[in-house]
Amino acid sequence: MGRQLLIDNINQTGIHTLEGYRTYGGYQALEKALRMKPEDIVAEVQKSGLRGRGGAGFPTGMKWSFIAKPPGVPRHLVCNADESEPGTFKDRYLMQRKPHLLIEGMIISSFALGANLSYIYIRGEMMAQFHILQNAIDEAYAAGLLGKNILNSGFDLDLHVHCGAGAYICGEETALIESLEGKRGNPRIKPPFPAVSGVWDRPTVVNNVETIAAVVPVINISGEEYAKIGIGKSTGTKLISACGHINKPGVYEIELGVPVEEFIYSENYCGGIKDGRKLKAVVAGGSSVPILPAELILKTAKGEPRLMSYESLGDGGFATGTMLGSGGFIVMDESTSVVKNLFNFTRFYHHESCGQCSPCREGTGWMEKILRKILDGRGTIADIDLLWDIQGKIEGKTICPLGEAAAWPVAAAIRHFRPEFEEYVKNPQNIKDVKHYYRLNNLQEA
Amino acid sequence: MPEFSTEAQELVQRIIKRYPEGKQKSAILPVLHIAQAEFQGWLSVPVMDYVASLLKILPIEVYEVASFYSMFNLKPVGKCVIEVCRTGPCWLMGAEDVVHHIEKKLGVKEGETTKDGMFTLKTVECLAACGSAPMMQVGETYHENLSLEKVDSILNEYKTNTKEHISHWDKKHIKK
Ligand SMILES: Cc1cc2nc3c(=O)[nH]c(=O)nc-3n(C[C@H](O)[C@H](O)[C@H](O)COP(=O)(O)O)c2cc1C
Ligand code: SF4
Ligand code: FES
Repeated sequence: MGRQLLIDNINQTGIHTLEGYRTYGGYQALEKALRMKPEDIVAEVQKSGLRGRGGAGFPTGMKWSFIAKPPGVPRHLVCNADESEPGTFKDRYLMQRKPHLLIEGMIISSFALGANLSYIYIRGEMMAQFHILQNAIDEAYAAGLLGKNILNSGFDLDLHVHCGAGAYICGEETALIESLEGKRGNPRIKPPFPAVSGVWDRPTVVNNVETIAAVVPVINISGEEYAKIGIGKSTGTKLISACGHINKPGVYEIELGVPVEEFIYSENYCGGIKDGRKLKAVVAGGSSVPILPAELILKTAKGEPRLMSYESLGDGGFATGTMLGSGGFIVMDESTSVVKNLFNFTRFYHHESCGQCSPCREGTGWMEKILRKILDGRGTIADIDLLWDIQGKIEGKTICPLGEAAAWPVAAAIRHFRPEFEEYVKNPQNIKDVKHYYRLNNLQEA
Repeated sequence: MPEFSTEAQELVQRIIKRYPEGKQKSAILPVLHIAQAEFQGWLSVPVMDYVASLLKILPIEVYEVASFYSMFNLKPVGKCVIEVCRTGPCWLMGAEDVVHHIEKKLGVKEGETTKDGMFTLKTVECLAACGSAPMMQVGETYHENLSLEKVDSILNEYKTNTKEHISHWDKKHIKK
């Protein structure tokens, strides 16, 4: 197994406390960072090549360098702990076990950005972790790690944890900002970008939990050392939350570049497919990224081994590739119905659409209805073409990327598994291969 | 007008201070969670009006937020709200059977409350515990790696031990 920079010592008892965290080297990076100049921390993060771990993979140092600095206007750092992308469960794990890692990362990052008031926006369902973070923040205040003149550096920071209340869309950064302002989670039109006008119209950086946590090892080992881990522009380590039909579901920290085949079959990671079944397909980066059939997830179209990295998973574009996304790795065995799984995801996106843009609001609803019709055995070949047509009319025509997140899975499922859709249409009476069937709204067992 | 307990009122004032002056509206989501904890797990119109008065905002600003977020209940619920995850990864691992089983056992459909006011069954979207699917949440507690037998024993336990409403924002975090 490779190096662990985030979940090392995660199973030690007491590591969730300040004292326990310090025993394993906690807050050393903060002491180092407070002796640096803020712009040197930004430079260090740029050198590390760290990319946003929330899904889009945007270089973190570059994002930080964009923050506007109008004189007299406060700036804010907001940590995105909304983790709701189906298949993703790494941030919750990290916050549960090592809340101080996130807090240390927040202090360093706030210092680098010149923010004196920062927030962790955690999804409302994670109330247990909300209170764990609150307790850890209280400990940090008591120890002089938060508040005025932190460790005699002259830097002041107030850090608060804020809870959501159940809405996937609030993970989108501008919706998250609206929600933090106490409104419905309706995404904003960009520009202006949050770095110029974010929460309360002030310059704001929004970063994922894992991104902020990764700043701690970047400072500890230096940007240059961090960049040596991984492969190409996929530097460092990444948390992968693996689930579905595998022997060992859980959160794994990998050095980027591990072959997908090793990740799925090695005992160090997923431990192979459950009950000795065959691999059918993988959704590699959370429900929004294109599904790939076994042959394309293990090897690229060029026949090279596929690696767990931004570039390798993306190789071939959407025609034959996918995305690393949030690291939510969903494995499906041969008994899985891709059509039913797609129905479930489409239902999810329809439910979670905020409703501002008609292509997303209506398109997700139509796609759900058509898929239900196909699952019901009432579909036609024209319905499959219609699905294809609708998904193509959402992409690029909406305020936020939830539209695409809903469209891409539909496109990919039809692209790679069209014969399966046709089987539902032509021979619905033959569809008996799946253990679980979707019964919601009286859908009959096939 | 309904009123929070003294402890809850103090907590609300501490929360409001977490946001810049004049931005107290930002406290609305935590305060609505506390309201559900204080008032039997749901938000009635008088309760929402009370929250509006605490935050010095218009009642409509509270209604529009309360109706947007899925964790807020706008009608009465049972003492124990069971939220079963129904999204892809949990569904792959048998969430469907779990929902089915609970419906049969409690004699309610998804979204309904048992006649004795003990249980409400809800289905919810991915709760970031897909590695221990299928799973369900009750209050702040996650119940993971469910089997039907495990579901039975969890339900029996709640049935025996639930004296008052269980809310997401657990009452023990208000009292201290
Ligand atoms: C519909 C939607 C949901 C999202 N959900 C999350 C989320 O739960 N957590 C997260 O960190 N980013 C999420 N994102 C990405 C954020 O918009 C944003 O890119 C990210 O928080 C930036 O942080 P990073 O650069 O550190 O990755 C979501 C984006 C979209 C469009
Ligand atoms: S794309 Fe969908 S979720 Fe995003 S703003 Fe438009 S309607 Fe809302
Ligand atoms: S799908 Fe159920 S917890 Fe993620």
